[in-house]
Amino acid sequence: MVIYGVALLAGCMLVGAFIGELIGKLIGIDANVGGVGISMLLLILIGAKVRASGRLRPISQTGITFWSAIYIPIVVAMAASQNVVAAVRGGTAAVLAGVLAVVVSCALVPVLSRIGGEPSPPLPDPDVEQGV
Amino acid sequence: MTEILDLMAQVMSRYGLITAFAVVGITVWVSYQLSTRLTRGHLHGSAIAIMLGLLAAYVGGVVTGGNRGIADLEVFAGIGLMGGAMLRDFAIIATAFGVDTRELARAGAAGVISLFTGVFVSFAIGAAVAYAFGYTDPVSMTTIGGGAATYIVGPVTGAALGASSDVIAISIAAGLIKSMLVMAGTPFVAPLIGLNNPRSAMIYGGLMGTTSGVAGGLAATDERLVPYGAMTATFYTGLGALLGPSVIFLIIRAIMA
Repeated sequence: MVIYGVALLAGCMLVGAFIGELIGKLIGIDANVGGVGISMLLLILIGAKVRASGRLRPISQTGITFWSAIYIPIVVAMAASQNVVAAVRGGTAAVLAGVLAVVVSCALVPVLSRIGGEPSPPLPDPDVEQGV
Repeated sequence: MTEILDLMAQVMSRYGLITAFAVVGITVWVSYQLSTRLTRGHLHGSAIAIMLGLLAAYVGGVVTGGNRGIADLEVFAGIGLMGGAMLRDFAIIATAFGVDTRELARAGAAGVISLFTGVFVSFAIGAAVAYAFGYTDPVSMTTIGGGAATYIVGPVTGAALGASSDVIAISIAAGLIKSMLVMAGTPFVAPLIGLNNPRSAMIYGGLMGTTSGVAGGLAATDERLVPYGAMTATFYTGLGALLGPSVIFLIIRAIMA
C-alpha cells in the first residue's frame, strides 16, 4: 500500500520535528534544532531495515520516492514565494554581507574537503534522465 | 469576457494547491525546453526553473508589496503552500530514502567541522561589513553577522540582544541575499569547488547553512547531492541561533572593548 510509505515518511518527520523542538527547548532557544536532519537519519535507518527485511514492498516505497521526485518542483515553488524584493532593497551593507559570506564559504569547500583523507570521487554520470 | 476571467480566477484560488501543481509543472517543462534548446543542456533545467521562480517572486513582490513573492497574488496563493516549509521539509526528508550510510559516516567529521566553521565565518564577515558601514556597537555587529549566517539566525540573534529594527531589517536582507545567491549560483561554482560528491555536498551544506539556498542550489546542480547537503544545512540555523547571542556576541564584545 502506497500509504505505508507515506506514513513512514510522515512518522519520521513528526518524530524528528519533536526531537528538534525538544533540543531547542533544552538549550534554551526558540528554534527547531536539526529536526529535518534527525528525520532524515531516522528514514535512512528505518528505511534500510524495512527494505532489507522485505516489509516495505516496492509499491509502498513509491509513497516515499514520489515525494523525493516531487522535490525539485517544490523547490521551484519555494523560490517563487521568497521575499526577493526585500533582499534586493536591503541596501549595500546587506548585499555585501550576504555576497561575501557566500564567496568565502565557497572558497572553504575545497579546503575542508581534504579533512579525513583524499577528496571523494565524483558521482558517476547519470545514464538515465533525472526524474522530475 | 471579464466574467469568464473572473470565474477562472475564482477556480484557481479555490483550488490553490492544484493550481500550483499545474503552474509549477508548466514552469519546469518550459525550463527544460529552454535548457536543451538554448543551452544544449549545459545549464540544468531545474536551475532555470529556480531562476524563473525567483523572477516571479520579484514580480509578485513589486506588484503586491507583500513578502511572499508570487504567492501574494490570490490566484497563486497555492504556490506558497506548495513551497512552504512543511511540504519542502517533507520532500527533503524523502530524498534521504536510500542514502548510502557509509558515505554519511565517512563525511560525518568533516560535516561537523564545516558547520562550526560556516557559522563563525559568516558571523565574522557580517560583523566586519556592519563595522565598515558604521554599525560599530557589538549588538548591531552580531545581529548583522547573524544575517550573514541565515535570515532566521539574524532576527533571532537581534531579538535576543535587543537590536534596533533597522539593524534587524538589514540582517534579514543579508540572509535573503545569501539564500538566493546560493539557490541560483551553486550550479555555476560547483565545478570550481569540487562539488560533485556526497562528502563535498555535506561540507557545502554545513558551510552555507541556508536550508532553502542549499536545497535549491544542489537541486539545480545534481539532485543526488541534495540529501547530503540538506542533512548538514538543517543543523546550521539552530547552531547559529544558539551561538550567536551567546558565545559569538561575547567574542565580538571582547574584541570591540
